Amino acid sequence: MPAGIALSVNGQVRVVETSTDTPLLWVLRDTLALTGTKYGCGIGICGMCTVHIDGVATRSCILPVSAVVGRHVTTIEGLAPPGSAHPLQRAWIAEQVPQCGWCQPGQIMQAAALLAEHPHPTDAQINEAMQGVLCRCGTYQRIRRAIHRAASDAAGPPR
Amino acid sequence: MRGVGRITRRDFIVAGAATGAGFLLGVQLAGCRRSRAGVPPTSFRPSAWLEVSASGSVTIWVAKSEMGQGVWGALPAIVADEMDAVWEQLRVKQADTDPVYGSQWTAGSSSVRGSWEELRRAGAAAREMLVAAAASAWGVPPTTCRTQDGMVVHPSSGRRAGYGELAVRASSVPVPKRPRLKSQEQFRLVGKRLPRPDIPAKVDGSAVFGLDVRVAGMLVAVVARPPVIGGRVRRFDASRAASMRGVRGVVELQPISTSRPVSIRVPGGVAVVADSTWAAVQARDALDIEWDDGPNANLTSAGIDQLFEQSLGNAGEDIERKGDAIAAMRAAPVVRQAIYRVPFLAQTPPEPLNATAHVHGDRCEVWAPTQDPAATQQAIASVLRLRPDSVAVHVPFLGGGFGRRLETDMPVEAALVSRGIGAPVQVFWTREDDLAHGFYRPAAQHRLRAGLSAAGALLGWEHRIVGPTVASQKDPANRDKAGEYRYGGALIPYAADDVLVDYVPADPGVPLGWWRSVEVSSTTFAIESFVDELAVAAKQDPVAFRLALLGRQPRLRAVLQLAAQRAEWGQKLPRGRGRGVAVCSMRGSSIAQVADVTVATDGTVRVPRVVCAVDCGTVVNPGQVEAQMEGGITFGASAAVLSEITLAAGRITQSNWQDYPVLRVDEAPVVEVHIVPSDEPPSGIGETPVPPIAPAIANAIFSATGARVRRLPISKADLRPA
Repeated sequence: MPAGIALSVNGQVRVVETSTDTPLLWVLRDTLALTGTKYGCGIGICGMCTVHIDGVATRSCILPVSAVVGRHVTTIEGLAPPGSAHPLQRAWIAEQVPQCGWCQPGQIMQAAALLAEHPHPTDAQINEAMQGVLCRCGTYQRIRRAIHRAASDAAGPPR
Repeated sequence: MRGVGRITRRDFIVAGAATGAGFLLGVQLAGCRRSRAGVPPTSFRPSAWLEVSASGSVTIWVAKSEMGQGVWGALPAIVADEMDAVWEQLRVKQADTDPVYGSQWTAGSSSVRGSWEELRRAGAAAREMLVAAAASAWGVPPTTCRTQDGMVVHPSSGRRAGYGELAVRASSVPVPKRPRLKSQEQFRLVGKRLPRPDIPAKVDGSAVFGLDVRVAGMLVAVVARPPVIGGRVRRFDASRAASMRGVRGVVELQPISTSRPVSIRVPGGVAVVADSTWAAVQARDALDIEWDDGPNANLTSAGIDQLFEQSLGNAGEDIERKGDAIAAMRAAPVVRQAIYRVPFLAQTPPEPLNATAHVHGDRCEVWAPTQDPAATQQAIASVLRLRPDSVAVHVPFLGGGFGRRLETDMPVEAALVSRGIGAPVQVFWTREDDLAHGFYRPAAQHRLRAGLSAAGALLGWEHRIVGPTVASQKDPANRDKAGEYRYGGALIPYAADDVLVDYVPADPGVPLGWWRSVEVSSTTFAIESFVDELAVAAKQDPVAFRLALLGRQPRLRAVLQLAAQRAEWGQKLPRGRGRGVAVCSMRGSSIAQVADVTVATDGTVRVPRVVCAVDCGTVVNPGQVEAQMEGGITFGASAAVLSEITLAAGRITQSNWQDYPVLRVDEAPVVEVHIVPSDEPPSGIGETPVPPIAPAIANAIFSATGARVRRLPISKADLRPA
């Protein structure tokens, strides 16, 4: 049923006209023009659509928009305050992680949730947290390196 | 974080809006290089490739599609190095489709090796013109000037001028026909680990891929295509779908199958057009369509295997015939034979297939994440009966290609739906659409036979390939059916006087397409697995056996020795672990890989480590060569261990990454890359890492278990010792 739904996205309240069962992914991309969040599989198995719901990494392609009312949605566009970069984004550039780049917003959002929980993750923790996000280009070993780099960067002086 | 040539969403839309004019300007550039209609130049644009503004900023156009292989880094580095521009000050722009750029086809690992000479000349010509401009302003001979960091300097007088100051004057200097190129030791950017200019936008969500294109008034369509290959719509009722919220209409698409003027194969079906992606997807489910399944309704993988088996005994078409392989084997003390099987494979690029088109009047504007902009232009022109120059093709970033985005089906469908509905339309493919309506890497059977002398020399080599080919399917009029098997992947690098390689056509009608490394992925699995079997038969070490047969292949020998050394070949391994090797020459590059595997008691295969040595000539960016090796090996290992496309009742069985899995972070190998230094021109790296990994893994499994893998993907049932 169409309805005006109030959402909190990247710290702003946005009211969208959409049916309540529309997956959050399509509300972000089609209604709010936040195209940084990507479609990969549509069934929650590839992780490319990962966003944060109240800080928890969540697959937006299978999450009805009605489920996020009253909760805070963060997308890749809102991961760092405007004009700044998250330590993971700096590390991703330093390690030249992306190839095609399509899955990388999902990878970074998943990694950001990992670092919030484990500021200095082991390889095993990285593998466990990141195994849900698929990369067809095979950038996995650089992703692991970049997460370690961001973990030490975040502990260092701010840039 | 200072982005180089960073493209933001806003930039892209501005560029997109202006592209009608940009397209025409590009065409004009071909004939009318510097001044348009007598207007004095305000910048220096000596060729389509680059422009120096009066403020000194340098813009370089990339005319190959950026799909992750790093052309946005490599190609501008080649131009900028020859012109002594400052890397950090460059702007990179994607070229629209325009003959002035030559081939924009992005495939065959050809972007760097195919553009190398021309881009160097473009950069060197610009440099000489800027030097001439400065020299004439200063009244000194050009030979007394030099260039550095975006400036011309005259050392003896201490004068210097930035390229921006010289831009207008340089515009009136004739373009030198044979500019002097740098020698390798003069390179300042080529060979360096330069950061790629497309990466900043790929980590903050601002990069614009095909599916991120937004055009004013754009609608979204999804297409219900025939579930059976070659089927068609018998009748349909769209009334329920059309009544759904957000739905704007439906457009019936007729099947198209032609090879002229370019290959176009569109399965037809019913497109649902809506305000949003989700509305279109929902409404498609509400379509009531009765399909005519056509002649393939009984096609199965078992039937295809049977076709290949039966065809194995048919007469073949020669691919290579040298000496008399049959007679040589008759005289050999040891003869071995084995049959290898590879499946159909899908590319599954991560960005779902899509294209956006706007047909208005006698023009069409397309935003297509395509590997072949010219084919896109020709295909749409042909289907809509427009002049090719009335079709403007813009190429956003590609979220992977792997060959799938060489096809014209996506943009052709978008153009037809846009014309049908009378609005700009983005056609979106779900992952299920991608798997079901693909152009697959051909399945094949390879029968190999070889004779061995007591010392391990090859006495006769016979290789028979059975299966369909992409090239002959795309061009049925061509009487040579061996297609891509003639490209070189069936030729062995090993010393043999008597060789017979032939091909038996067997095309079950599954749509075929290009898959990263094409036929070499198939032939190399067979050849390199079989050579390993021969080494065992000759009671020799697999590396030593190969080296002995590679006497005339110094580059291949060198990479094999390097990979073996770095992998500590010959080291004793713990139980359950094995090490295997394979080599391949492709697109001018030589590559060797040593794979480590573990095989669990339940037959689960893991590939924890791969050591890769590569000789790809002059290296433009070693970091990107490493990236291609890492990625290509993971891509190939995924296929070897996990992936296959099968058919039942004329339908593709696999539907998404759950039943067409690819390796994940905890399963992918750690890849160690060693680059052999070389002065030779650059050669291909996009595809070359893919073919050796499957046989290297299979050979490692043999070393771990004694079981010989002769069928891909590797199945637990095949891991019992022979």
